[in-house]
Amino acid sequence: MNKQSAIDVSYFPGCSLASTATENNLSLINLFNRLGINLVELDDWSCCGSSSAHCINSELAFDLATRNISLAPPGRPLAIACPSCLLRLREAQHHMQNDEKARIRYEETWGRPFDPNLKIQHYFELLDKKNLLSFSKDQIQKLKGLKFVTYYGCMLARPPSLPRDTKYHGLMERILSSLGATSLPWAYTSQCCGTFLSVARPDIVTPLVNKIIRGAQDAGADFIITACAMCHMNLEVRPTVKPTVPTLHFTEIFSLALGTDDYKKWFSKHLVDPRPLLKAKCLIN
Amino acid sequence: METNQNSSLIAPVKTKDLDLNFAAEIKQKHGVDINRCFHCQTCAGGCPFHLATDYPPNSIIRLVQLGFRKEALESSTIWLCVGCHTCSIQCPMAIDMSAFMDALRQTAIKEGACVAEPDILNFHRDVLHTIKRHGRTHKLEIMLRYKARKWDWFSDILVGTKMFAKRKLHLKPSKVKAIEQIQKTFQPQPDGVVYE
Ligand code: SF4
Ligand code: SF4
Repeated sequence: MNKQSAIDVSYFPGCSLASTATENNLSLINLFNRLGINLVELDDWSCCGSSSAHCINSELAFDLATRNISLAPPGRPLAIACPSCLLRLREAQHHMQNDEKARIRYEETWGRPFDPNLKIQHYFELLDKKNLLSFSKDQIQKLKGLKFVTYYGCMLARPPSLPRDTKYHGLMERILSSLGATSLPWAYTSQCCGTFLSVARPDIVTPLVNKIIRGAQDAGADFIITACAMCHMNLEVRPTVKPTVPTLHFTEIFSLALGTDDYKKWFSKHLVDPRPLLKAKCLIN
Repeated sequence: METNQNSSLIAPVKTKDLDLNFAAEIKQKHGVDINRCFHCQTCAGGCPFHLATDYPPNSIIRLVQLGFRKEALESSTIWLCVGCHTCSIQCPMAIDMSAFMDALRQTAIKEGACVAEPDILNFHRDVLHTIKRHGRTHKLEIMLRYKARKWDWFSDILVGTKMFAKRKLHLKPSKVKAIEQIQKTFQPQPDGVVYE
């Protein structure tokens, strides 16, 4: 697709993608450029509040999330890559859609009118809307020989207040299989990674991620393909199983399959180096 | 893992020690209705942390329903719950466990209840501290503050060095320009409680 027809979509990267997971951010922007979508970062965005704000102060969590909603220009969707940031913003938006007091608090705090029609979406939703499975002839062989398991983490679990939000189970499998890779069944696709307990209680998180890594090994996977930067980090940092299974962000492998040569900056950032295996599979030089 | 489950529940219970309004209070203040729970224990079976917590999630609901205020607020479960929604998505009564645990954590902080997992609370405070300063989380600062509090400089030093070498941990935080807007959101609550 050429640049002229590229459409603009607002983009909230969130703290992980802006710092510890820049490879996820770079490969996402690269991927969307290829697909004709121009991700426009929200100007001066701030932290969504993360797990810590809602754990200990709901009002603060609401304000931190809604500041970002207020920065989104009208008329175009707001795409988010981090499943946890997405939930924070969606929950705050849902709260405002159903509670006038919350809307008033928002308008008084941020001085901007509430836009009930703003679409806040995971980038999967944008992918799902495109007719992605019609890849060119040489693309559909691109990932031949690569065996993977997908790891969605808790991204597929939504709070009861958002029952209608789409869950996109199978999206990564469909796309990567259409590009020639082999998707393997396993038990841990939506197992929680332990998130922030990784800092204060690594003793709980290590056995959890070890189980996930062993599950991937038993399934015979070359790589674990992750949908969330936080999960990705825990799967790289916390397992003690040796050797471990390398993880790739979905955006990295998808973009690579579509023919990017920009990957040098991404794969060098991994704490578990995926390059030897990617080389052995002739996916990179 | 060790559990101290139910130790205080074995002794005879005097109704005057129970807070029979606790469930109603949680519903009124936090909008979470736990009286729909019929204790099928689906949540307990699915919680990834059930072996590490002192009570499974539905037992916390039970404690609140029966008025065991102190036991619920001092449980480790409320801090170990990460709000992954694994339980809620399977709950036949669509109970928002994550919102319920938020309500209990916040009540515990307000009342100065004994915190069963102080490291986790400290971690949350460290995260909020960097958000207040920079508008975004600064991972290196969070790690350093957390380690300094614990006087624990050696665990994770390898991980930290590796992340630093890979430029995953940045020396300088990424900052929000309109930082005064962020600081405004950190004003003490009307009830005077400062959380951070
Ligand atoms: S799954 Fe729902 S109804 Fe069943 S015990 Fe848990 S909270 Fe109660
Ligand atoms: S939301 Fe909390 S209680 Fe429910 S499964 Fe996740 S960690 Fe366990």
